[in-house]
Amino acid sequence: MIAPTSEPTRDDAALLPEPFAGWFLSRGWTPRPHQLDLLAHARSGRSALLIAPTGAGKTLAGFLPSLIDLAAEKKRRNALSREGPHTLYISPLKALAVDIARNLEAPVAEMGLPVSVETRTGDTPVNRRQRQKRVPPDILLTTPEQVALLLADRQAERFFSELKVVIFDELHALVTSKRGDLLALGLAGLRRHAPALRTVGLSATVADPNGLRAWLVPQEDPGEPRLSEVVQVAGGARPDIRIITAEDRIPWAGHSARWALPAVYEAIKAHGTTLVFVNTRSQAEMLFHELWRINEDTLPIALHHGSLDRTQRRKVEAAMAENRLRAVVCTSTLDLGIDWGDVDLVIHVGAPKGASRLAQRIGRANHRFDEPSQAILVPANRFEVLECRAALDANYIGAQDTPPIRDGALDVLAQHVLGAACAAPFDADELHREVTTAFPYRAVDRATFDKVIGFVATGGYALRAYERFAKIRQMPDGRWRLAHPSVGQRYRMNVGTIVEAPLVKIRLVGRGKAGLLSGRGRVLGEIEEYFIETMSPGDSFMFSGQVLRFEAMREQEVLVTKARDDTPKIPVYAGGKFPLSTYLADGVRGLLADEASWERLPDQVREWLSVQRLRSVLPTRGELLVETFPRANRHYMVAYPFEGRLAHQTLGMLLTRRLERFGAKPMGFVASDYALGIWALEDMGALFSGGRLPVDALFEEDLLGDDLDAWLAESYLLKRTFRACAVVSHLIERRHPGKEKTGRQVTVSTDLIYDVLREHEPDHLLMRATWDDAAAGLLDIHRLGEMLSRIRGRIVHKRLERVSPLAVPILLDIGKESVGGEADESILADAGEALIEEAMR
Amino acid sequence: MNAHPISAPVRTYRAVEIGGMSAILDPSGALYWEEHETLVAADLHLEKGSSFARRRTFLPPYDSQATLARLADVVARFSPKRIVALGDSFHDRTAGERLSEASGRVVRTLAGRADFVWVTGNHDPEPPTDWGGRVVPEIVIGGVCFRHEPSLGPVTVPEVAGHLHPVARVSGRGKSVRCRCFVGCGMRAVMPAFGAYTGGLDIRHSAFHGLWPRRSDVRAFLLGRDQVYAVGPDRLFA
Repeated sequence: MIAPTSEPTRDDAALLPEPFAGWFLSRGWTPRPHQLDLLAHARSGRSALLIAPTGAGKTLAGFLPSLIDLAAEKKRRNALSREGPHTLYISPLKALAVDIARNLEAPVAEMGLPVSVETRTGDTPVNRRQRQKRVPPDILLTTPEQVALLLADRQAERFFSELKVVIFDELHALVTSKRGDLLALGLAGLRRHAPALRTVGLSATVADPNGLRAWLVPQEDPGEPRLSEVVQVAGGARPDIRIITAEDRIPWAGHSARWALPAVYEAIKAHGTTLVFVNTRSQAEMLFHELWRINEDTLPIALHHGSLDRTQRRKVEAAMAENRLRAVVCTSTLDLGIDWGDVDLVIHVGAPKGASRLAQRIGRANHRFDEPSQAILVPANRFEVLECRAALDANYIGAQDTPPIRDGALDVLAQHVLGAACAAPFDADELHREVTTAFPYRAVDRATFDKVIGFVATGGYALRAYERFAKIRQMPDGRWRLAHPSVGQRYRMNVGTIVEAPLVKIRLVGRGKAGLLSGRGRVLGEIEEYFIETMSPGDSFMFSGQVLRFEAMREQEVLVTKARDDTPKIPVYAGGKFPLSTYLADGVRGLLADEASWERLPDQVREWLSVQRLRSVLPTRGELLVETFPRANRHYMVAYPFEGRLAHQTLGMLLTRRLERFGAKPMGFVASDYALGIWALEDMGALFSGGRLPVDALFEEDLLGDDLDAWLAESYLLKRTFRACAVVSHLIERRHPGKEKTGRQVTVSTDLIYDVLREHEPDHLLMRATWDDAAAGLLDIHRLGEMLSRIRGRIVHKRLERVSPLAVPILLDIGKESVGGEADESILADAGEALIEEAMR
Repeated sequence: MNAHPISAPVRTYRAVEIGGMSAILDPSGALYWEEHETLVAADLHLEKGSSFARRRTFLPPYDSQATLARLADVVARFSPKRIVALGDSFHDRTAGERLSEASGRVVRTLAGRADFVWVTGNHDPEPPTDWGGRVVPEIVIGGVCFRHEPSLGPVTVPEVAGHLHPVARVSGRGKSVRCRCFVGCGMRAVMPAFGAYTGGLDIRHSAFHGLWPRRSDVRAFLLGRDQVYAVGPDRLFA
């Protein structure tokens, strides 16, 4: 956690009393400037954000003031039991809390500090949780959900009365999600009980530190935000990153990175321990499988992703900690700073999708701050080569691109309001004031807040049907109280904001002599139900490193056997989950436009771009290139906005609607992270040049108006989002006392609820929450809007005789990917015979 | 550029042989038997939404309104002489008390323009007749027996039932679609649930097992957005 530094920076002995100073000395350490800075801020009671790269001793810096304070406090009043913790530490991962507890043990033991440290997560046994309420530790390490639960407790006021410090670890990862919203509201609630509390945010480097700084302190009005102090640690040693080189041809498209496998294997062989990061679970499966095929030295290579059975994951983690593994192929489940073992090399397969992510992952290669991390990037196709190159440049200049903190979600606010009522009756004015001190909720007006209260009480419908059964009621003095204790019980069972897709267990079984499936076997892990639903018995797929044959569904379990074939029949690809960051998109555009920078690209890629310039054109950094060309009886249009798949998908939906209206007869489209391809029966190039639909008019910003609304109303995307909002807001409860319900078994499908609500009360609070969510997360509408305004008047249309080199990758994607939702009717049409023929009068 | 059509499209329906008759299956989930000018809709489950309120789950209280609007629409299209609500028309015994005045008026209007027959179901053994109509345990029309629950075992009289809320899943193009459907063979048909909040049971579920003499005779008619699609057993049970 701490590394030696060479230069003593300031003479601040007063900040570091004994036994701390002695302890530092005994280890040959000098306190780092940022550690002393944090101590100084703490001493004057100021909240602070610490921005530091991995390995900079962030965690100890965060805890040091609390440890010093507690040691002094213990001297003053020994053995007095406390009402509640002095310091709360909140991390996004349960495992991280446990890990930190272990790391704190050493300094506490070595200095003989009378400080108790305990964790409290969803895994903590009930009796220990009960005990923690009676005999609280000095420092409690926990998760956002536990904070919400503790706040909703009737003893909350007493329990938090002695709270002095709240430390948020990996704050940059927390704040951009609904969990972050819940936590922001929780922090506002903690301040109610401990108005003087001070916060410490620990974060990796971010694009906009001010968002995090504002998040940490109470806000007063929606105007200029108040900010915490900030302590910034310069980056450690520059990581040593390179793009992999291999003999094989770099593929035009695809995500397998198979071409580079031998080189990846050689790299693993040449290093002690390697982490191989990929973007999706299926990529992890595929790569793991392929590596073992060429693993002639039978190196211990393991697989780790979130869907694997927990015991299996724990095994891998333990083996890793003991340095028994040479490589682990893993997904983002290992992104955050859990500290295990010595990692010598990080290999990143596929595009890094955002420089922050890349920086974080590379940070894993070395928790020794002052030594350079070793990393190799493995692009899976040519566009990814460009993206990797841009990411590399980004990492060198330290550019960071975490998304800005957006307005707090209303479904989360509803959950929080119910939680507030669980603790004690609340006054709406007071709670509203408190909520608006939370940075993401600073702009929530009173009318909206009242709507939220109405929603919590009876669903908030214009038709007042449910008053008799309200969850919370107004008392004569105007305060709101819980209508019945059972409401509190159900709140506690359903707290949280993580809504997973319904999962089913995968059980590996054998076949008996008669060919019958045996009912018993090992559980390999869990997989999304929707994935299984696309399969028929006999189909093979890849999971937990093996090719499996789908046999049957039995009581919510998938029974599989080992498949004989080596290649799975169902190719699983769920890539592009993370949009290309704005920064990288710009970097890639810059790279294309600047020929001088091509020398840093592999020969094949350079040649590809040269031919593109010859056959078509390469756009300048600010331009949007649109190509049209015929091919095999169809007409194509390919645009290269580099705005990420989500934005392109939305753009594709909207453009095809407009093209349809102008008679281009579009047949379909495909979106990648880099480009958008549309094919049609009519020549779109002629349409653009003929002046009937100038290309500028096609991309006009009003695209985001009525067309968007009309399309969205029908879209499965909104239904899926609505489901999440319904669950988070507790309109639908996943768990009921006495029975564990899975997401699937909600008795009324949320799709049906959505349809009815949209038709009869389209401006209901949940519809608003759904729209906000979808616009930001799923559709990237904001980004699309910025793009449309950026390219206005700067669209370059090129009519070609045939496909251009740049267009090849997107054309290769056609057929591999279908656009969700829209295809439903066509599947039905394929499967059956229509019984109604429509006729026009 | 093509002008947008001004008048609504007129649909041409095709009748299919199912449950011992030749009937039109509507994408709304209703069935129209032209020969007897009879419209059938199963499992309306009126006031299902409000039935959750006692457990403090506040679903949008508009499902009855939505269900009845759809029923009124299909009645307007076919102008039947007789309307059969094939059981479980009301979600529970007190659903009638919770039905809004406006929704009651819709039922009254429908019952006023046709012979409205409430077949009893397990959810509504005594459906309210406050808004008109008559109650029967089952009804035989043109030699076909219309009842809520399918009878057990082989049938001698052709039969049309509801109760099971059939849905089917078909896949293709790497995706799958699950939708409500009519399902049946020559002698027996099960209708989809008509209610706005009614989900479904996969036709591969064991509850359907005893209903057909041979699976190869089974056909399903899946409700698309504006069309009904006929799908054979090879795709249904794949």
